[in-house]
Amino acid sequence: MDIVKTKELSFDYIRRDEEGNVDGIVNAVKNINLSIKQGDFVAILGHNGSGKSTFAKHLNSLLIPTEGTVWVDGMDTTDEDKLWDIRQTAGMVFQNPDNQIIGTVVEEDVGFGPENMGVPTEEIWVRVDKALKAVGMYEFRDASPNRLSGGQKQRVAIAGIVAMKPKCIVLDEPTAMLDPNGRKEVIRTLHELNEKENVTVILITHYMDEVVDANRVIVMDEGSVVMDGTPREIFSRVEKLKELRLDVPQVTQLAHELKKKGVPLSEGILTIEELVDAICQL
Amino acid sequence: MSIIADKINYTYDKGSGQETYALKNVSFAIEDGEFIGLIGHTGSGKSTLIQHLNGLVKATTGTIYYNGQDIYDPEYDMRTLRNHVGLVFQYPEHQLFETDIFKDVCFGPLNQGLSKKDAEFRAFEALRQVGLEENLYYQSPFELSGGQKRRVAIAGVLAMKPDVLILDEPTAGLDPRGRDEILDYLAKLHADTGITVILVSHSMEDVAKYVGRIMVMNHGELLYDDEPKKVFTHYKELEAVGLAAPQVTYLMAELRKRGMNVPLDVTTVEEAREELLKVIR
Amino acid sequence: MIRDITIGQYYQTDSVIHKLDPRVKLAGTVIFLISLFIGKSVPLYLFAAMFLAAMIKISKVPFRFIVKGLKAVLFILIFSAVFNLFLTPGTPVVTLWRLTITWEGIVTALYMIFRLLMLIIGSSLLTLTTTPNNLTDGLEKSLGFLKIFRVPVHEVAMMMSIALRFIPILIEETDKIMKAQTARGADFDHGNIIQRAKAMVPLLVPLFISAFRRANDLAMAMEARCYRGGSGRTKMKPLKYKKRDIMAYAILFVYLAAMICISRI
Repeated sequence: MDIVKTKELSFDYIRRDEEGNVDGIVNAVKNINLSIKQGDFVAILGHNGSGKSTFAKHLNSLLIPTEGTVWVDGMDTTDEDKLWDIRQTAGMVFQNPDNQIIGTVVEEDVGFGPENMGVPTEEIWVRVDKALKAVGMYEFRDASPNRLSGGQKQRVAIAGIVAMKPKCIVLDEPTAMLDPNGRKEVIRTLHELNEKENVTVILITHYMDEVVDANRVIVMDEGSVVMDGTPREIFSRVEKLKELRLDVPQVTQLAHELKKKGVPLSEGILTIEELVDAICQL
Repeated sequence: MSIIADKINYTYDKGSGQETYALKNVSFAIEDGEFIGLIGHTGSGKSTLIQHLNGLVKATTGTIYYNGQDIYDPEYDMRTLRNHVGLVFQYPEHQLFETDIFKDVCFGPLNQGLSKKDAEFRAFEALRQVGLEENLYYQSPFELSGGQKRRVAIAGVLAMKPDVLILDEPTAGLDPRGRDEILDYLAKLHADTGITVILVSHSMEDVAKYVGRIMVMNHGELLYDDEPKKVFTHYKELEAVGLAAPQVTYLMAELRKRGMNVPLDVTTVEEAREELLKVIR
Repeated sequence: MIRDITIGQYYQTDSVIHKLDPRVKLAGTVIFLISLFIGKSVPLYLFAAMFLAAMIKISKVPFRFIVKGLKAVLFILIFSAVFNLFLTPGTPVVTLWRLTITWEGIVTALYMIFRLLMLIIGSSLLTLTTTPNNLTDGLEKSLGFLKIFRVPVHEVAMMMSIALRFIPILIEETDKIMKAQTARGADFDHGNIIQRAKAMVPLLVPLFISAFRRANDLAMAMEARCYRGGSGRTKMKPLKYKKRDIMAYAILFVYLAAMICISRI
């Protein structure tokens, strides 16, 4: 079954000038038809302003489509009676780790979601412990979030969502404010959750190296889906990615350039090992 | 014209028995017109170091000479130093406060005591240097995109006409397009005006493309200080301190292990392509 | 400068006082404050001081740490002492120009300082031994009866705990913006009052914008985590009275009774 499905999803917002007059209508997202399978690791790539964040907010009913429909686990996101079920099913992690941690102690923050859902006290503790272990932050359960590094804070935020037992986690540029170590921590955690707990991960990012290990990559530009496929399929189209001014991993770029110069290499080389093997076999 | 840091130490909680060294015995000299990448992971002391260079933080011991003058000399005027050494903080767009972009960029020059006319001239020049379209000059800074806002904030420091421009992670949080724009502008600025640029970053790949010298900080110490090629040959040590060399550097090392005769000091895709073409043909 | 204020800070130790139910500590603080106003005599204050000293000892919070926090309120202490010293009518002791220090003035000033010190130390002991969350939980529960009068107790408690979480973040941010504007030649330390107030604009505008942005983000994050007010919410750490809490209540009442007795002597 599809965990997320959209049909002709469009979202417009009205721009106003300083006097409050309507300045124009912006199509943030245009006619998106997608379905995402339960258990997938999907990366959505695009520039700022490509509509990827707007799209993500639809999956959590934080935004309601102007046109078209979004279903989360079969529930229509415009159905107000299902609002809290939808938010439980598709948990959302945001960019700035500081601005989404509510508790002054790590474990209390992780318990915030279950508390809101009315989960009984004993069960909250079970969930909190499990969630903290799943993201590898159990030993920090008594710490103040202010003392953690960016990557650790973001893992606490993920634990806060995991404790709500979602089927799907949507992350809106969770690594944009982190340093390379923090980014690696967060991405590793997401892959573990995906593999061990079979949670669907929808990762929104503009870092190319984070999408290499995804099952599926969706590229958005100007509100539309422009590319959709496996990482290898996406990265074999270096020219198209360059045109969208997106990054390509250095080895992919190098393999592409060598090929242009007549070296017989296959397209879509993603890792250092692949390129080393390919060159050695020449 | 130069900056010389002589054995600077900076400690927190001095005298409490558990002093933490933010900087430990750091010494270096920076010549005019250099383009330097300062690299280190969060907490390595790189941000503390750059705040020393324009006098916002005072070293616990050791001293800094700017153009031969000791900046900790009681006679020395810190404001002159700040006129010469411009510092752009992380997420500088968070410091914009004026009602329009032009006024915001004028803030620095006006603080330097320039007349309104001169300040406006400087602002105009700086905004042109960062490549902001003229029709945006009188808009509120809050209506711009992230990349544009950041360029306005950089212009705010450029308008003070510093001889040295230090930027703390100027590309943090930007998408690839915004990042390339900023780095290209900086490279152009450096080439056109000969200004000294110190770029703080944690992306080796970004830095390798632009700078002529890399300083690597770790635990408050200066670990390496050399040209990029030489620094990246220590890729194993860099990895141990949580940094990584560009992917192509690893690639070359890996190929060498497999018995191919390739050089190890390759840092950009272009170099790698040329070297590999030589070997393959 | 801002970092020196220890009032409102939490100091972790493993003492019994730390483990007490926050409602007991709230009640204790209120009782202690009331007891200071029962009367005005040396034995009475001596007894109160001994009680407070004992509590500090049990709490294992270093006395030096508490004193450090008093620096911030030194001004208020001196101000009220001077005020009392000169403005209390009675038997003159010294006359300086037109100001007369009276014997009664000295006594009142001493009592005043003592009472204020007790007050401040007593209430900071509450925050030093209770985590902010625990404190808001305690307040929410103790003031729960106000809900009948449509006072949004849960919401107020939630606001308090969010404020407590964001204060350190905003302090750090203030520091950063100040440094950044100083790097652009702003001067926060010189000039007259009007110039200084004007110099605050480049600090305050970005700070407000940042606070609003954070509030906006936080509201969205809370909504995404199914927050919908106090109704239907369960508690991860519900408050339950234990044996030691009952004991503590007993000790508090004995203390209050003793204070009343001493004041009658």
